[in-house]
Order: sequence, then structure tokens, then C-alpha cells
Amino acid sequence: MDATDKLIVNSLQGGFPVCAQPFAAVAADLGLEEQDLIDRIAAMTEDGVLSRFGPLYHAERMGGAQTLAAMQVPLERFEQVAEQVNAHPEVAHNYERRNDLNMWFVIASDDPSAIARVIGAIEAETGLTVYNMPKEEEFFIGLRFQV
Amino acid sequence: MDVSATDRQLLAALQDGLPLTARPYADIGAAVGLDEADVIARLAALRDAGVIKRMGLVVRHHENGYRANAMVTWNVPDALVSEIGRKLAAYPFVTLCYRRTRRPPVWPYNLFCMIHGKDRTTVEAAIRTLSAESGMAAYPRQVLFSRRRFKQRGAYFGTCAPSLKEAS
Repeated sequence: MDATDKLIVNSLQGGFPVCAQPFAAVAADLGLEEQDLIDRIAAMTEDGVLSRFGPLYHAERMGGAQTLAAMQVPLERFEQVAEQVNAHPEVAHNYERRNDLNMWFVIASDDPSAIARVIGAIEAETGLTVYNMPKEEEFFIGLRFQV
Repeated sequence: MDVSATDRQLLAALQDGLPLTARPYADIGAAVGLDEADVIARLAALRDAGVIKRMGLVVRHHENGYRANAMVTWNVPDALVSEIGRKLAAYPFVTLCYRRTRRPPVWPYNLFCMIHGKDRTTVEAAIRTLSAESGMAAYPRQVLFSRRRFKQRGAYFGTCAPSLKEAS
């Protein structure tokens, strides 16, 4: 990543225009050529620096739902349970964390009833309790990641 | 706002990202049978209504040097959680801040913050900063550093096949 890539990442985390030629508009703001901007974003996506480029959805306002859930998984079963949990396409992130509750994952779907269904399926498949901790309020975050 | 079936089709087509072309909204429109102006109007309305939180890029924290993260949860009185949540969310190292449903006795905590930093020392310093906010030291707290990440992708909506990216 060179200085131009960093400039692009830092400026585009705040948003991207919705207009006929958005890359041309951003390129003009940043003092770049349109094609150079497009090529750099494509390269950073391929390299895995960016996970995606496009809209970020608000699950509930889409009519869907999203939740955070946790499990206490015996260490000797951890890998197997992780595979069982991750096999559900509605499971978005899954982290092992240092705590008695050691597996934490996000479940998201455009169908609100999917949350309970996925939790029920995971409990049935693993024999473990899933603690569901849905969001009650979101506090606004201003800044993104500076690179 | 009501998200129409056409809007959903459009959002599903954008699931894997905006086309990296000079006229991306025209190209995505062609894929779902809408013209460019209609796509732009629909996306602008969805953004203004907050259905689209934002358009733009999502960085993979790990690949960008943010190698440490911790989830910190507190048990704060319900009457104060909104005020405290807004205060903590204002710190630049706090990348997510939510009030969540408690699950006592296993998890009596109701305020959740994600903190990202370049390394563990930085994240620990950030946690100390939050804990020094007035009154915070008195509330029961759990700090959960991550050991491994199994999955990181955007939430999956719509009818396209999800792209699942495994990463260590």
C-alpha cells in the first residue's frame, strides 16, 4: 500500500457518492485519474486489504435481523463446534475469545425468524446452550480505520 | 421506509460489491433490469432512510495492521446506559458500541464496546482510558481479547450465494 492507496482508503470509508460517474467525482476530489482510482480499488480488493466495496446494510431497516450470540464450548470440541456453527450461512463473524464464554458470533439474515431457527439448529447440533444477546441500542461511531 | 421487492433485488445484486467500472450504477442496473437514474434514485433513498448505513469500502482490519481487538462489556444501570454508551462511542478506538440484552447469571452485562488497535498494548491502554471515565471503574466489567477469527464477512442479505471468506 502506498500513500495514494492510504489516501483512497481513508477518504472512502466515510462514504461513496451515488451519482452517474462516482469514481470520476472521487478521483477529481483526490487529484487522481478515474481509471487509476478504479484499478487501485480493484487491486486492494484482490489483495484482501478491502473486504468489500459497496453498500453496508442496516439489517433491521432491511426488514431483517442481526444478533450477537455466545457459547461456552469445551476446548477439546472447539474445532468441531466451530465448523458446525460456521456451516450456517447466516453466521457472519465468529471469534474465539478468552473467557468462559469462548465462542462469539454474529447471526444475520433478511428473515427475522431465521435467528431463532439458526440458534435452535446450533443448539440441537452441538448440545450446547447459545446465549442470544440482541442489540437494544446502537451508539453512533464516527471514525473508521485510519490506515 | 418500505423496502420494495425491486429494492431488495437491487441490494442483492450489490451483495458482492459495486462494479468497479466508470458507470457502476448503470452496470448494476443492467443486471436487474433498471436504468441508471432509477438505480441512483433508489440507492439514494435507501441511504437517506438509513437502510444503507453507508456506501463505501470496508477494510479488513487485520490486513491493515489492526491486529488486536477486544470486546469489553460492562454491567451499567439501565437508566445510565444510553448516556454512557454515547460517551464511550465518541472515543476513536471504539469501533462498535451497543446496548444488548443481558443473559444473567451467565452474562449480566448490557454495554458492549469493540476496540481495535495495532497491538495488544495499545488496546489495553484504550481500555484503561475508557475505565477512567467518571464512574466506569465501579461497574462490573469483562474484557475479552480475541484468540482466533474464523469468519469475517458482511452480513448476508438477499438471494445471492454468500461469499464466505475463511481467515485465520
